[in-house]
Amino acid sequence: MTDAYIYDAVRTPRGKGKKDGSLHEITALSLATQVLENLRDRNGLDTSKVDDVILGCVSPVGEQGADIARTAVLNSGWAQTVAGVQINRFCASGLEAVNMAAAKVKSGEADFAVGGGVEAMSRVPMGSDGGAWPVDPSSAFPTYFVPQGVSADMIASKWGFSRDDVDAYAVESHKRSAKSWAEGRFNKSVVPVKDQLGLTILDHDETIRPNTDMQTLGALNPSFAMMGEMAFDAVIHQRYPEVERVNHVHTPGNSSGIVDGSAGVLIGSLEAGKALGLKPRAKIRGAASIGSEPSIMLTGPEFVANKLLGKLGMSTSDIDLWELNEAFAAVVLRFMQALDIPHDQINVCGGAIAMGHPLGATGAMITGVVLDELERSDKETALITLCIGGGMGTATVIERV
Amino acid sequence: MENFKIDVDADGIALVTFDVPGRSMNTLTGSVMAEIPQVVERIKTDDAIKGAVLTSGKTSGFCAGADLGDMAAGMLTGGSLQDAYDAGWKLNGALRALETCGKPVAAAINGLALGGGLELTLACHYRVVGDNPKIQLGLPEIKVGLFPGGGGTQRLTRLVGVQAAMMAMSEGKSFRPNDAKGAGIVHEVVPAGTEVEAAKAWIKGGGKAQQPWDDKVYKLPGGGPYHPAGIQNFLVGNAMLRKQSYGNYPAVLNLMKAVYEGVQVPMDAALRIETRYFIKTLMTPQAQGMIRSLFLSKQELDKGAVRPKDVPQSDPKKVTVLGAGMMGAGIAYVNALAGIETVLIDRDQESADKGKAHVEELLKKRLSRGQLTQDKYDALLASVIATTDYDHIKGSDLVIEAVFENREIKADVTRRAEAQLTPGAVFGSNTSTLPITGLAEASVRPEDFIGIHFFSPVDKMMLVEIIMGAKTGQAALAKALDYVMKIKKTPIVVQDGRGFYTSRCFGTYVAEGLAMLEEGYAPALIDNIGRMTGMPRGPLEMHDDVALDLSVKIAKQTKEDLGDAYVPLPGWKIVQTMVEDLGRYGRKNGKGFYDYDQKPKTLWKGLSELVPVTINDSTPEMIEDQKRRLIFRQAVEVARCWEEGVIDDPREADVGAILAWGFAPWTGGPITYIDQMGAKAFVEQADAYAAKYGERFTPPQLLRDMAARGETFYGRFTGAKAAA
Repeated sequence: MTDAYIYDAVRTPRGKGKKDGSLHEITALSLATQVLENLRDRNGLDTSKVDDVILGCVSPVGEQGADIARTAVLNSGWAQTVAGVQINRFCASGLEAVNMAAAKVKSGEADFAVGGGVEAMSRVPMGSDGGAWPVDPSSAFPTYFVPQGVSADMIASKWGFSRDDVDAYAVESHKRSAKSWAEGRFNKSVVPVKDQLGLTILDHDETIRPNTDMQTLGALNPSFAMMGEMAFDAVIHQRYPEVERVNHVHTPGNSSGIVDGSAGVLIGSLEAGKALGLKPRAKIRGAASIGSEPSIMLTGPEFVANKLLGKLGMSTSDIDLWELNEAFAAVVLRFMQALDIPHDQINVCGGAIAMGHPLGATGAMITGVVLDELERSDKETALITLCIGGGMGTATVIERV
Repeated sequence: MENFKIDVDADGIALVTFDVPGRSMNTLTGSVMAEIPQVVERIKTDDAIKGAVLTSGKTSGFCAGADLGDMAAGMLTGGSLQDAYDAGWKLNGALRALETCGKPVAAAINGLALGGGLELTLACHYRVVGDNPKIQLGLPEIKVGLFPGGGGTQRLTRLVGVQAAMMAMSEGKSFRPNDAKGAGIVHEVVPAGTEVEAAKAWIKGGGKAQQPWDDKVYKLPGGGPYHPAGIQNFLVGNAMLRKQSYGNYPAVLNLMKAVYEGVQVPMDAALRIETRYFIKTLMTPQAQGMIRSLFLSKQELDKGAVRPKDVPQSDPKKVTVLGAGMMGAGIAYVNALAGIETVLIDRDQESADKGKAHVEELLKKRLSRGQLTQDKYDALLASVIATTDYDHIKGSDLVIEAVFENREIKADVTRRAEAQLTPGAVFGSNTSTLPITGLAEASVRPEDFIGIHFFSPVDKMMLVEIIMGAKTGQAALAKALDYVMKIKKTPIVVQDGRGFYTSRCFGTYVAEGLAMLEEGYAPALIDNIGRMTGMPRGPLEMHDDVALDLSVKIAKQTKEDLGDAYVPLPGWKIVQTMVEDLGRYGRKNGKGFYDYDQKPKTLWKGLSELVPVTINDSTPEMIEDQKRRLIFRQAVEVARCWEEGVIDDPREADVGAILAWGFAPWTGGPITYIDQMGAKAFVEQADAYAAKYGERFTPPQLLRDMAARGETFYGRFTGAKAAA
């Protein structure tokens, strides 16, 4: 089988996902288009050599509907022979897009493919696409559906993470994100978003609060207490009756931020790269996805990481850097606890608690983040993973070349 | 047609009078179901008919719903799956034909309309109801393990929206006429007796022969499942239903499925969907068990099914209650409500007055809710006399003692009360544990001495357990039953024995929680699993409610009584340590398995030091197994009670278990649980539990014999009845 290599990764900065966010006046299509334009222009890419563009998008309705990947291909002036497909694996869509692009290259179906994603959460709110799981009693009832925040609070309750634990993790996320920006660690991959005139409208992640401390975070109200008390605590309790009470520790301060953004990763075979004079940056060692218990929902990364490492004949000690999307602080804390990973090896540049989680794009974004960091700190191997709605995990191992 | 009379007036309005012959109340019997399509056909095809009014010929009400006796006997589910669907569709198809017949149809609701009765009216274009506070309108099917299957899930939802309809159907609550109007269920409330007139007036005034949902511009109030606002009703609704039902009731889930799927399609398809889910639900063991126990058997017991036939009917007019604590006062209250003159006696006037104050408090609640007029309130309150004077007992038909659970005190009040009683009056002991035969030794007239065991709180708990002492006579039994029926509670009759029937079996649930604790199960796991079986509370918190020191006292008494035969229960030492060394008596002193100094109560942190937790993770399989274990422990004890002759009627055993100690209602009761599982499978599982947890799970020989012969309790019982 052919090996798949990462040639480049770009991402937009993440804008606050509300009406007063800098990117609210920029369409989802424009975000995805600018990513593709940058990928092409900075690599001098002959786009006719690219077979497919795969974009993750979690709320593919309205302006994000009807296969936004193909629309973005056409809109960015890429060769019309480049196909486009929009996929949805909830929060891991961006990483799944990378994995699918890599799989296409590995199988020989594609020479080059782009894996990426887009989510303009300020414009197409989360949940806009409906979905049977929580709504249809046939699926909600037997799977003990609860909103993700309640799942995250159950993770904290079951494995003993206090409000102080999750807040302390969040403080560190902001610190690391701010430091990374200050040191220019993201300069390689972040491309400023341009407005309708072509002027820069945003060139940095907008939601970082470098001065965040335990006091400010401690003052925030739990986000999911009311929802939990209404009925959902009782539901997840029936699945985890060993826990006396759900401790609602997650707040807007220690959960991932709602933001707008897009990202793309250019993946191709060694030969295809050579033909275009492109230099590979990392090899995709392998990828995997897994299903996990859907009510607690967010414990998949532990299981998919073990699955993938097993497949690759690797152990946790073979991984230099871990990148786990900071959906909720307790998700990362539980992952570290389960796999015995020291905090200084995971999310070393900060994460979504500080910088935000543009659902469909995040997986591709953090792939770029950790690749840049491998190069900067001269390390070899990284494992990227995300927790996923419905109880899933997706993971990818990359290795510098 | 025997159930419907059709009179067409000069204006061409057909008055359809629903009147099932030979019954005091209209129900949807097999015969009624067969005639409804004929009624609809006549309205539709008779050119002389311009419109129709549906009303009831009964003074008792409009219609109480489906005939559950016929339903349980297989009216719909007797044949194949397709037959069952076709039978279910017969009503739904006819009602759909009625609302699309092109002629205006109005319902003149002149009495209560529940379940299928209300559904009949929902298929009419206009509903007029009489202004009578006694009239109730509602869809209570969920209470017997069903849900509305006559179009109710679709029509009520389309009338009032998903949230309001789901609340009404999942709780089974009824509406008074004005509330029903406010909720949008009926169109008009008119003076009682003018319903037909008003319904005809609507037709003559040009009433439209179209349901709102058949109008092109119709929109579901509040929105459907994928409407931005409507989605919340399903997201939260699904969670609420699981919270309430613990997933134990197929009816609850199928109701929601019928609503969810039904509101997304036109009415004809919606009704087909409802019919499918209704038939599916009706065929579940849960529905079959609940219909039998919670409706049919309960009704039979309420009507005196177990009363000795040859003793003349009695009517207790004056009753004395000894002991004015919570229990005694509660009994005085239910007496007063039933129009019984009550003497409430305690050792000092202050205690007696405190008891009466409790009666007053309960009566005031009814007054404030408009369930009593001021005059009636005054009269009822005056009918309770609080005193210390035993002379007041004179003329009582019945004395009930509710004093401390202490043999000497009970013996003393028995002697003092009997001194005042006239021959034929009955003395009842409201003991929950002390054997009646022993207590009756203090009596000079043991044939009139009987156990009358109430449950707390008396005003809410619907069961009364009657206990026969060795010498109790049939006349005393009949009089005790007449009394229980007069206060409108459900009686069961059991034979004497330690803990009788209810306390003995309930005790096993609480005790099994202790065994789990000793095995290392996390306390939260134990109580949550208990609740998940469908019991109102977990075994540890129940233990706190009962009081830990009481359980130590009972254990000591039992040890004294049994001598060498006494086997301490697993985990018993934990309770002894908590009571004797740590002063933790349960809820009553704020310290038990839980700490009660804050709300909500929290598990006592020191418990894990006393008993180390080794099982702190669960899987669904483990939870199912432990749920079954808790249910089995009780069911094995019920079977033992049967073998020992404590109980001999499956209806009493099932209804008693559900009403007395909250035994998982979805099972239809412990006997139904064993019968549905089959004695053979039950014995195998019980043996497996016995091997793992101890001999207390060993099934009695009776069950092994039944397993060998393939018998059921209900089969044996009806067989024995037929033979007698």
